[in-house]
Amino acid sequence: MAITIGVLAVQGAFSEHITTLKQLGVHCIEIRKPADLASHPLDGLVLPGGESTVIGKLLQELALFEPLKDLIEADLPVLGTCAGLILLAGQIAEDNTIHFGTMNMVARRNAYGRQLGSFQTEAEFDAGGKIPMVFIRAPYIESVGVDVNILARVDNHIVAARQGNMIVTSFHPELTADLTVHQYFLNLVQQKAKTCIA
Amino acid sequence: MNNRYELNKNLAQMLKGGVIMDVTTAEQARIAQEAGACAVMALERIPADIRSAGGVSRMSDPKMIKSIQAAVSIPVMAKVRIGHFAEAQILEAIEIDYIDESEVLSPADDTYHIDKTGFSVPFVCGAKDLGEALRRISEGAAMIRTKGEPGTGDVVQAVRHMRLINQQIRTIQNTRADELYQVAKDLQVPYELVQLVNETGKLPVVNFAAGGIATPADAALMMQLGAEGVFVGSGIFKSGNPAKRAQAIVKAVTNYNDAKLLAELSEDLGEAMVGINEQEIALLMAQRGI
Repeated sequence: MAITIGVLAVQGAFSEHITTLKQLGVHCIEIRKPADLASHPLDGLVLPGGESTVIGKLLQELALFEPLKDLIEADLPVLGTCAGLILLAGQIAEDNTIHFGTMNMVARRNAYGRQLGSFQTEAEFDAGGKIPMVFIRAPYIESVGVDVNILARVDNHIVAARQGNMIVTSFHPELTADLTVHQYFLNLVQQKAKTCIA
Repeated sequence: MNNRYELNKNLAQMLKGGVIMDVTTAEQARIAQEAGACAVMALERIPADIRSAGGVSRMSDPKMIKSIQAAVSIPVMAKVRIGHFAEAQILEAIEIDYIDESEVLSPADDTYHIDKTGFSVPFVCGAKDLGEALRRISEGAAMIRTKGEPGTGDVVQAVRHMRLINQQIRTIQNTRADELYQVAKDLQVPYELVQLVNETGKLPVVNFAAGGIATPADAALMMQLGAEGVFVGSGIFKSGNPAKRAQAIVKAVTNYNDAKLLAELSEDLGEAMVGINEQEIALLMAQRGI
């Protein structure tokens, strides 16, 4: 059974996620308006990097916010990278904005400063070995609730986490050739798909 | 290529599908961010006013740029004169997110562009054709935009530049490997970049449209012609209702193929910037730089 992943495509680096997912044999749909959600049932959703202020605003204005929030709350597997992490955060440090707010954590935007603070490093992901991590004006997670599993840390800051159906990274797995994070997400998607059929 | 250059190209990837707006005050920057700009370009005078004021146009006051950095959370860009590496050093010192080595300002050097490989902050540069785009990339530009004709509200040159760059890319894609050496000589660019274009069929960096974009339809036109995002300079804050027009252009860039939505977005935007035709202007900024 082919897996179909919806990739939010209102702004940012969505085409890079699609390229990566296609390498893993996945069918992708670009989500730009509510009608795109109706075109095919989704097995998972990717919230890409970009500018969270822009994506958050377009979600509202293009009437995508409610239907996507419903899907996330109905346990659809979600991968949020960078701006996607901000969209899912239950709280944003020094900012009253809340987007989906479905994940029990406090995130800090532009936590490493301006573009001069952007960097690349390698770190352990889910205790499965080191992977390359690219941080672009990235956020990090300041704290998480008890129901959130920490998947990766860099310099004592949380940079990847999972809570149930939601996986977030403050780095950009779609910008490197390493497929670990997307494979981890697809494993969750496949698990959920099996449970549904059973 | 070093790590910093990759990170700088990566930031441009995050801006894709977005609109970068010219702003002259912290208040305009907030309006732009609120309207959905993915970045702002901080400058003292927008291109239409530079054009009417005449004289020498230079890098903006760092104090003004810093006030805009403090006002918004999105990336802040600023312009330096072509070849003016000291202005670029100053912008790097105030941690600008992107430097635009721009033909909108008066050129400081009529032969040499800035050696952008010596900087840690990224550069975006204008191009009229593929040769210019690849020369800027070989000098270290991490993002390209069409030159268009700034401050006119006339999209004809941006269209011409975007079409030409993409036509030249398609031609190179269909060129035999042993002919690429001559292509590199004709375009006056490194062979390795020509080879890369031949293999991938695209520029090795993100390519935005700029210069003369004034309406949601202009933005959609440029996106359909292959732009990965747009710069809007004078078009917004020279129009009757800047916030509404800015929001409409942002949505047009996301849904550039949805004519029904574009029709809704184009309704009731108030007065567009008056604009000048390219035949009516004495100074073609796109001719600046080589």
